[in-house]
Amino acid sequence: MTTVAYIRGVTTIELDSLLCNGCMMCIKVCPHPVFTPLKRMVEIREPDLCIECGACALNCPEDALSVNPGVGCAAAILKGWVTRSKPDCSC
Amino acid sequence: MSPVLVTANYKLSFDALRSELQGVDTWILVLDTKGVNVWCAAGKGTFGTVELVRQVETAGLSEVVSHRKLVVPQLGAPGVAAHEVRRICGFKVVYGPAHARDIKAFLEATMHATNDMRRVTFGLGERVEVIGVELAAVLKWIVLIVAVMVLLAGGESIVDRVRTVMLTASPILVGVLAGVVLVPILLPWIPGRAFSLKGAILGAVAVGTTLALTPGGHSTAVNIQLFLSGTAAASFLAMQFTGSTTFTSPSGVEWEMRRALPFQVGAVVIASAIAVVRVFGG
Repeated sequence: MTTVAYIRGVTTIELDSLLCNGCMMCIKVCPHPVFTPLKRMVEIREPDLCIECGACALNCPEDALSVNPGVGCAAAILKGWVTRSKPDCSC
Repeated sequence: MSPVLVTANYKLSFDALRSELQGVDTWILVLDTKGVNVWCAAGKGTFGTVELVRQVETAGLSEVVSHRKLVVPQLGAPGVAAHEVRRICGFKVVYGPAHARDIKAFLEATMHATNDMRRVTFGLGERVEVIGVELAAVLKWIVLIVAVMVLLAGGESIVDRVRTVMLTASPILVGVLAGVVLVPILLPWIPGRAFSLKGAILGAVAVGTTLALTPGGHSTAVNIQLFLSGTAAASFLAMQFTGSTTFTSPSGVEWEMRRALPFQVGAVVIASAIAVVRVFGG
């Protein structure tokens, strides 16, 4: 199971193709096959495989990528709800 | 021209990297992540641009090496903005492989990572490895709850009490084990995408089987009560496993929590109501 999709159609990753300069940094930092290289730019091929770690958006020199980053951990999200703060894992 | 490899001060990360580097001439730059591993620390930002730049300056790295390259583990990328590091301190960040086991091959391939080196998997072996952490966390609760039940249970001798408690507690314990141990092991083969659903399915089967096999059996009311609480426990604990995986998004976890929690809480409320009616009503 190298590429397992989780809940479909909910991830927040977005690419503004007009800003992409084709540096491929996002492909280098993404731990899952979310992006595919095209001619001089990239495409989000599998948004359902995105884990919203935020690595691509942070490393995009053109700010072409946006994602609402966080931890995919029920305990952290529950803690965030209870304490009304940003989810934070204790790991 | 020895490369500079960046890592965290989590003992296991540092040791894993060091043991892979036998016979290779490199520098290691250690970031202070308060003993947290690279991926988690990157998510928090403690393994990040600011700390990396700070350690480059503290170590006087530009005096130590003549090149201007830093090999940062790929899983550190959620905290490090490569272009910012270069702008601030002049060092170019090259993202290395996701796992330390590939570092030698990466360096030999003139710092090129193959697609396989960039991917994070979650195979059976990796899933089994993380079960222990969750199991240890629930085990102390189990011991505590069973101990309280034994104290409260009626019965002539301690043996009687333990027997009574185990007859009642075992279906719920089976539900707990289904959520903590069986779901992680059987993860890709259980129907459904939501972990809470996988846990509920496996929990219902495991708890139902246990109830059917219970010697002497329980009354219908007790059966319903135990089935609901055991299945809810399995579903809730399976959902907790999202935190140990490498492929769950926060949006997805929140999506399933908003849908599953009402059912899990509802099942426990109904089970408790049955228990109250049984004890005080009948």
